Amino acid sequence: MGKDAGPEERPKWDNKAQYLLTCIGFAVGIGNVWRFPYLCQIYGGGAFLIPYLIALVFEGLPLLFLELAVGQRLRKGSVGVWKTINPVIGGVGIACLIVSFLVGVFYNTILAWVLWYFFHSFQEPLPWSTCPLNESHYNLECKKSTPVNYFWYRETLNITPDIEISGSVEWGMVICLASAWCIVYICFIKGIDSVGKAVYVTSTFPYLVLTIFLIRALTLPGATDGLLYLFTPDWQTLTNPRVWLDAATQIFFSLSVAFGGLISFSSYNEEKNNCERDAVLVGVINSATSIYASIPIFSILGFKATTAFNACKDENILALTNYFEFSDQNITLQNYDYWYEYLNTTYPEKFQSLSLRECDLQKLLKQSVSGTGLAFIVFTEAVISMPGSQVWAVLFFVMLFSLGLSSMFGNIEGVLAPLNELKLLPRWMPKELISGTSVICLISFLVALLFTLSSGNYWVEVFNGYVGSVPLLIIALFEIIGVIYFRGMKTFSDDIYIMTGRRPNIFWKACWMVISPLLLLVVFVAYVIVQAQTRPTYQAWNPDYEKFPETEEKLYPDWVFAIIILLCVVPVISIPLVALYQLLRVKKKQSFGEWLTTSVTYVLTCSLWKTTTRCKSKSTKTHTAMG
Amino acid sequence: MLEKILLLLSLSLSVAEGLCKPGVGEAYKVRFSIKTALGDQAYPWNKNEMFLFRAALAFAMRDFTNGEEFGVSDIHPCNETQRVSFWFVVTRPKTMDLVDKGTVEMAIKKSRNRINGAFLLTDKTLEFDGIYPTLAAPVSPDTPPWLIVFGVVMGAVSVGIIALLVYPLVQRKLKKNMDADDEDSDEETGVKTAENGANDGIYNSTFSDDERFTQM
Repeated sequence: MGKDAGPEERPKWDNKAQYLLTCIGFAVGIGNVWRFPYLCQIYGGGAFLIPYLIALVFEGLPLLFLELAVGQRLRKGSVGVWKTINPVIGGVGIACLIVSFLVGVFYNTILAWVLWYFFHSFQEPLPWSTCPLNESHYNLECKKSTPVNYFWYRETLNITPDIEISGSVEWGMVICLASAWCIVYICFIKGIDSVGKAVYVTSTFPYLVLTIFLIRALTLPGATDGLLYLFTPDWQTLTNPRVWLDAATQIFFSLSVAFGGLISFSSYNEEKNNCERDAVLVGVINSATSIYASIPIFSILGFKATTAFNACKDENILALTNYFEFSDQNITLQNYDYWYEYLNTTYPEKFQSLSLRECDLQKLLKQSVSGTGLAFIVFTEAVISMPGSQVWAVLFFVMLFSLGLSSMFGNIEGVLAPLNELKLLPRWMPKELISGTSVICLISFLVALLFTLSSGNYWVEVFNGYVGSVPLLIIALFEIIGVIYFRGMKTFSDDIYIMTGRRPNIFWKACWMVISPLLLLVVFVAYVIVQAQTRPTYQAWNPDYEKFPETEEKLYPDWVFAIIILLCVVPVISIPLVALYQLLRVKKKQSFGEWLTTSVTYVLTCSLWKTTTRCKSKSTKTHTAMG
Repeated sequence: MLEKILLLLSLSLSVAEGLCKPGVGEAYKVRFSIKTALGDQAYPWNKNEMFLFRAALAFAMRDFTNGEEFGVSDIHPCNETQRVSFWFVVTRPKTMDLVDKGTVEMAIKKSRNRINGAFLLTDKTLEFDGIYPTLAAPVSPDTPPWLIVFGVVMGAVSVGIIALLVYPLVQRKLKKNMDADDEDSDEETGVKTAENGANDGIYNSTFSDDERFTQM
């Protein structure tokens, strides 16, 4: 499909490494660092690896291979590819476009938060290590919770106690958001020419930092406690179906399939490229990165728990020493337990009157956090206790930013390529100054200003929980159905034979035709059932809450609930709408009854009986030949 | 002479023992955590250290009251424990009147650093029960440092964006000028050969048309 005067010039990767690094960078994101270790922790440590790897092999890799193969063969972005296979499912591409846009908007807000912390890491002492003073008293909110919590909730977000109270725009956050979008823009300014060069840094740097953290973290006291806690398998959890559901959803979202970005990236490849090997490589590296990242994260969490445990014991030691007037340093951390027992039995009433805090290492290790809580609260607190805090903080936030930036490339590509194919951008725009990239970045930035309000964090949670989940599952399901049943397994095998030199073996075929769609359907249904069981709630930071500093659990108000439903439905509504539109177009000069029979037999023959010749004849009528 | 001094000292001591009662009146409790602060280099607590404490406190009182000649004998400790903690009271010089708690507190607060320094301790390890350390106001620079980092990063990014946008435009302009020169020379040769025959002229104009297409 030629758009320009000359032959269509599709952009190309400079070399294979750029392509692989871009795909790996897209798949490996912040979630590998802050979601996988958390799931490992709450679902019985090493035992979680079993459902995780099973989901990778039977769900993740087939989907990945499918997307890469389809993009490489048909050489179009996500809209063009589905329109080529069959215009009826052209809506899948539009759904990908909308989802990529919505995810890109809130994901870059998280990067703006990372930038904010990065900018603030160049101070001595770190701003989240102490409470601010007003007159001669520490700020009350800060004193009741911790300086780290205060810095995150008050000085960074300036959060309101309720999602309905919008508050005002936070200017510090606006300029961080503008910086984040400018950085995304400059990396994307020349399309994949500049992206291909940017990924040399953004995809490899996180591994360097993770290794540095690994070495550092393993030398910290308490690291082994954290690692033992993480990897000690609790086989009981395998009997809990929730574990399998979470493993399946985690692998799915972690690989960034169904965004359309992977299809675009592989369409810039040469046609004779072994996409089977690429898919396996990307999938395995993604999972390996998750496991590799959890080692330093858990060493550091173990260190943090040990530090808190020792601080608790020190507090008790001081209280005991002062009360019983023992000589200084008579009770140490080493003989603490002995003295504790001795004093408890010898002077029970006096001992009880002291009301010492219970110090329990296991309980401290159990405090599991994921997401922004892990990065901005738990980790920043651990960094304060490490010597050379600024260096570790800077390294950590640059790593998070690189991880997120390379994922953003995939999101932007998932928006840009379909927009170019749909020809939505007016022709009179001069290509350099106002290109699709700058329009998308500007519009996304303006929409993301919503997240810079004081209640912004609650909205990010809403988007994160609902845009990035149900629509993707539906899109992936339709992708498999589209390729296997509309294009046909035989044609697809031929495609792969042309590209890689051999047909897909029985494993891939079994996965695509039966296992993966079944798995996706089960995951989707289970997910919807689990979500529908309870009214969704959120955790609010309310200084006036009686149990402050615990977060208050609040129900989403009705209008927010309506927005949640919209976020789940709007991206995928294009699939049935476009299907209906295409079927109606075929109708033109028929009566309704004739149209009904024609379209029903058309759908049945194409999907169930796989008489692909009949489908192809219909499809060649309604669109121009493949480019 | 010596006997008279000894007599006076013992008299004052015996009187002061009655003055210093733990927990009541104007008495303050103080705790030393020497081993916690200094570890291996901790010095043992003995009468000399106690003398230093009394001297330091006498200095604090002198410094606060601006000249009243407090002496070591005006600081009366009692109830010493092996924690190292004890109570003490302060009396006015040359009399046995107790100095009130408020004055003592302010004197200690004023000279806290000096007293800590004499013992190589800190506010946490030399604790006066009931006197909280005044919190040092954190240093707040005029320009917040984060804005500086932001400025550097955004400056680099903006320069990059402008460079990447302007460079191809500049290149294109240069190319246009170069091609305009080429076209001029082509037109000249075209004019020359047109005199020879119509074909050559047509051939040249087609050639320059092609150039325009490839430019796009």
